[in-house]
Amino acid sequence: MTSKYEVVIGLEVHVQLTTATKIFCNCSTAFGSEPNSQTCPVCLGLPGALPVLNRKVVEYAIRSGLATHCSIAPRSIFARKNYFYPDLPKGYQISQYELPICEHGRLDIETTDGGRKSIGITRIHMEEDAGKLLHEGDGSRVDLNRACTPLLEIVSEPDLRSSDEAIAYLKKLHQIVVYLGVCDGNLEEGSFRCDANVSIRPWGQKEFGTRAELKNINSFRFIKQAIDYEVERQAEILEDGGRIIQETRLFDTATGTTRSMRGKEEAHDYRYFPDPDLVPLVVSPEWVEQVRRGLPELPEAKVERLVREYGIPVYDAEVLSAERATADYYDALVALHGNGKTCANWVMGELQRALNDSGTAIADCPIPPAALAALLKRIDDGTLSGKLAKQVFDAMWQTGEEADIIIEQRGLKQVSDLGAIEPLIDQVLAANPDQVAEFRSGKDKLLGFFVGQVMKASKGKANPAALNELLVKKLKAD
Amino acid sequence: MKITRAQVEHVARLARLALADAELDALTDEMDAILGYVETLNSLDTDHIVPTSHAVPMENAFRDDTVRPSLGTMKAVQNAPAAAGGCFVVPKVIE
Ligand SMILES: [Zn+2]
Repeated sequence: MTSKYEVVIGLEVHVQLTTATKIFCNCSTAFGSEPNSQTCPVCLGLPGALPVLNRKVVEYAIRSGLATHCSIAPRSIFARKNYFYPDLPKGYQISQYELPICEHGRLDIETTDGGRKSIGITRIHMEEDAGKLLHEGDGSRVDLNRACTPLLEIVSEPDLRSSDEAIAYLKKLHQIVVYLGVCDGNLEEGSFRCDANVSIRPWGQKEFGTRAELKNINSFRFIKQAIDYEVERQAEILEDGGRIIQETRLFDTATGTTRSMRGKEEAHDYRYFPDPDLVPLVVSPEWVEQVRRGLPELPEAKVERLVREYGIPVYDAEVLSAERATADYYDALVALHGNGKTCANWVMGELQRALNDSGTAIADCPIPPAALAALLKRIDDGTLSGKLAKQVFDAMWQTGEEADIIIEQRGLKQVSDLGAIEPLIDQVLAANPDQVAEFRSGKDKLLGFFVGQVMKASKGKANPAALNELLVKKLKAD
Repeated sequence: MKITRAQVEHVARLARLALADAELDALTDEMDAILGYVETLNSLDTDHIVPTSHAVPMENAFRDDTVRPSLGTMKAVQNAPAAAGGCFVVPKVIE
């Protein structure tokens, strides 16, 4: 049914910034403290308190704007957005309205068919968060620790045409703000929250349909579910000859459906006006340049560089660049070892497996790049086979010891000495006369059997190349 | 400019003000008079004047991102009409 309609989605993302203090006061932004322990006259909204802007919030906003190709406004102002709710002590939220700090940006996403698409970013503005409400007994409890925490609201153009595109956009944006270091990216704690404006229209129609606003969804999976449900719901209404109402809808994670938040319509009359407490913000071209020079390498550029410098496949480069910490680890490793593909295989293979199995973040990895590089060099110089190296890796992970010490202590050195391998081969051939006869009568596949047997007899330490060569020579000799 | 009584009622509702009929009538007249006075500005040529958002010619007041002690829970809620568990308590609101 939905294929009769084109889906149109615009996203508003609230990114909580990683500053130490709130946007307009010096209270801490630390998560999970005792209720109202991080409050002061400014964030409690007490009369006579004066908010003063946190310089770092501006810097983070500029950083985010530059990373998404926005133009940075030379002059912007703060506005009061007026509404009443118990989590908003002043009766207004300080935000930006007419003159936001960033405008006219874009984010390039990959579509499901492997193509690329540019999604417009309308604006990015700075604002304060509200407090938290807990509903208990016959009252509601208000904790204002989160009130006045700095947020960036990043608003996209209605350029997205499916829930998959919406998710691709969100993942990309999430990756960028985490790379930039402006957001910790923690979805559970609400550091990255999304509202979705969803509408549908018959294919070919120019005008947008009436949209529903889906509020505050904090997981990628739920956003997809909510959008897909909403598209179905709207299509059914249109099919029945009905009319979509512009409204705010809440996604219910338990049922996977959205429901109307009635009575909020009037609340949309926010009566914005410039906040007289906060003087205009003027951002000089010099300041913008200074922030630009401090920008880290972003994922797209990183992928390109890894492919170019180290000759690894694009797929590998994308996996390695997905998180900045992983990419930093990989960069450090290649710098020490030299072979891009070998390093990529180990970081994406053994290292990633060990991190996943133990639930360790790469930042806390017990094997630093230098130690892993030293291990890989023992493969290069023939001391270890790939298989033995994995054993040594596991031991390094457990003990934190260096590769050479573990190789020495556990006698894991690969045996390349033909004089030591030869007796083992002779033993195996003598013990399996039938298989030897079969091999000689043309059953080449049995080579693997002999290799396995000799390897076993060497306790996995025989150099596979040396073993192979000598084994073939012996089998073909007589 | 003509302010209607319906507009005054609307704004009063947004501001959570319960106004009596007589007050609504009086406010409608007063607000209309105020806006009429401000309308004088329309007789001036303001094409080349930048919109004024602030009365004081000042810009860029910043503070550093350094944590300073907060009031603490006790002081924060000490004047609250109702408090429990370190929180302000308000009549129940549920969306
Ligand atoms: Zn504060």
